[in-house]
Amino acid sequence: MAARAEIPLQQVNGPSALGGGPRRFFDLLWLMSVTEFKRVYFGTVLGYLWSLIRPLLLFGVLLFVFTKVFRVGSEKVEHYAVMLLLGIVLFTFFQEATTNAVTSVVAQEGVVRKTQFPRLVIPLSTVLTAMMNLSLNLIVVLAFVFAFGVDPTWTWLLFPLALVALLTFTAAVGMALSVLYVRFRDVAIIWAVVAQVLLYLTPILYPINAFEEENQTYEHLLMCNPLSVIFTQIRIWILHEADAPSVLHAAGGWAGLIPATVIFFGVIAFGAWIFKREAPRVAEAL
Amino acid sequence: MTTESVLLANRAASAPGPDTPPAIRVEDLYKSFRIPTQRVDSLKERAVHPFASRDHRELHALRGISFEIRRGEFFGIVGRNGSGKSTLLKLLASIYRADAGSIQIAGRLAPFIELGVGFNHELTARENVVLNGVMMGLTPKEMRNRLDKVIDFAELREFADLKLKNYSSGMLVRLAFAVMMEADADVLLIDEVLAVGDASFQQKCADAFHQMKTEGKTIILVTHEMGSVESYCHRAMLISDGEIKYIGAPAEAGRQYLKLNFAGNSDAPVSTEEPEPEEPEEVEEDVDPGEGARLVSCRVINAGGEGTPTVEMGEPIRIETEIELLRDAPGLHCGLVLGNADDVSMFELSVPVQSTDGYDIKGNKVIVTATVQNPLAPGRHFIHCGLQSPFGISVYVPKAATFVVFGTHPSTGIIAPQSEFDVRIPGEEE
Repeated sequence: MAARAEIPLQQVNGPSALGGGPRRFFDLLWLMSVTEFKRVYFGTVLGYLWSLIRPLLLFGVLLFVFTKVFRVGSEKVEHYAVMLLLGIVLFTFFQEATTNAVTSVVAQEGVVRKTQFPRLVIPLSTVLTAMMNLSLNLIVVLAFVFAFGVDPTWTWLLFPLALVALLTFTAAVGMALSVLYVRFRDVAIIWAVVAQVLLYLTPILYPINAFEEENQTYEHLLMCNPLSVIFTQIRIWILHEADAPSVLHAAGGWAGLIPATVIFFGVIAFGAWIFKREAPRVAEAL
Repeated sequence: MTTESVLLANRAASAPGPDTPPAIRVEDLYKSFRIPTQRVDSLKERAVHPFASRDHRELHALRGISFEIRRGEFFGIVGRNGSGKSTLLKLLASIYRADAGSIQIAGRLAPFIELGVGFNHELTARENVVLNGVMMGLTPKEMRNRLDKVIDFAELREFADLKLKNYSSGMLVRLAFAVMMEADADVLLIDEVLAVGDASFQQKCADAFHQMKTEGKTIILVTHEMGSVESYCHRAMLISDGEIKYIGAPAEAGRQYLKLNFAGNSDAPVSTEEPEPEEPEEVEEDVDPGEGARLVSCRVINAGGEGTPTVEMGEPIRIETEIELLRDAPGLHCGLVLGNADDVSMFELSVPVQSTDGYDIKGNKVIVTATVQNPLAPGRHFIHCGLQSPFGISVYVPKAATFVVFGTHPSTGIIAPQSEFDVRIPGEEE
């Protein structure tokens, strides 16, 4: 009783993205992600296998289509299969995390409206759950990398840098989408289409140098997509092919990298800004 | 000493004094909601009707509320639906953001606006308890240490590893309540969650509340049930239309709440402006019995002489009847039958309509005011009014007026006589 009397009065500022202190924020983020991961993978019969079968199946089909049916520049890459698999697994992460984030805040309506809850935990936990899947999938990818005869080099150690960039970008997109969806329910449909388009506008199915010499403009245009930059760089670091174009070359010089950089940081800033702005009002708008 | 005064003494003993430091200080709190008349939920609608969204009503949920809750106080908040009390609760719980004003809280506040929020039905009780505890601000480790206590309090030991989707609703509520009890916050915010579980669990909850009270926790209780406000709270606050109507003794807050509740109920009272009395059943001789007198109005009034739809339990009932005499009516009596909502006649009053000097009234209009002791139990009552004279007047107006008897204690039965008790233990006389 005497000890309690020491507690001073503190100003309460209402709900916010991070409300409740950093420790609670990370405790909740971790618990939410782990429980969601468990729910998905222990709630189904085949469990984790599902999250592996999906990209692998897609990989098998695409590998057949793009090496046997169409030639989309697959002959320009020494290890097309590895590039394709890595690209699919990483893009699956991006797509899964953002798509789940769209509805996350609305789906957690009860928590948002009835408890004191740091809002940001909700979209971020969906990203973290997808991240857990990705980690498991990357182990499988590693097995394929060796199976296809790619030798490890020191540049593999740089891969986490690209991963951090992808993760940050994904989180920012997820944050923005989750609060926009509270206001505009069309966001879910629009995003499904945009994510599909992004799959084709990122050098995943085809290498960035798939174009003829006279069509270099396409290459430069594609490099406006920050995901293209990240995926191209990952290809360079992991596959270490002798004749692969550098990011700089594909973008056509430093100036060519400006749009992607602006978009990358613009999306992150927008995600943080809109989430911070909308978070206090989410409970009322639901 | 009566039992009630023992209770009062207890309450007074544990109530924190005015010099206790505040646990919550609210200053000039404003909150309004914008309610769009047409909700714009899609981008297309926004594009097609760019100005439609500007169309909205402003709903002022709270209009400048200031109060302080002392440390260790059990504080009740009462108010009708839509009075703003839920908004206040959500502002205190950091679910909504205030438009203006400030809230200061000492220590950690755990809100319980609904039991079992955030439970994941695909997970076991153990996992949910930890998750819920963390939501309330404990660390996962602290919550794991308390896990056994929670499960035991909820009496769910055999089901601790069962997924929540297989739980009955009663079990869920018990689990949620148990988590709340172990949340160990400095300030607890509880919104009408007392009436949960079966009788034995309810007793357990009541005991737990009393324990928290003696432990000196600050508890805010929002409820409609005046009984629990009176039995737990040190002080209570009545909110109406976003403003504080009363703050102080729980009994008084409860009384004012009930008064407010029935006063606003304007649709219920039967019209007292009965234009024509009902057709009499018997026609006597050649005189039309209804012709001699007419009931103009019949209403219940308060001490100030104004009409009122409510009478407090135990307070006298004042009935004012206005009669129009169309001719001399010697020996005229006004009969008032009080019946309850089940059409049971409670008692009858027969008032001779006479002037003060004893002569029969010859004027045009007479106002008869009757003041009756009120033995009625809480509930709606009706007054059936009749006029009768030995010379042929017979008027009967059923349900000429209606009123509600209100009281803080619900009472079984149709009457609630005033009573006093004397409890003694034989042999301990001085």
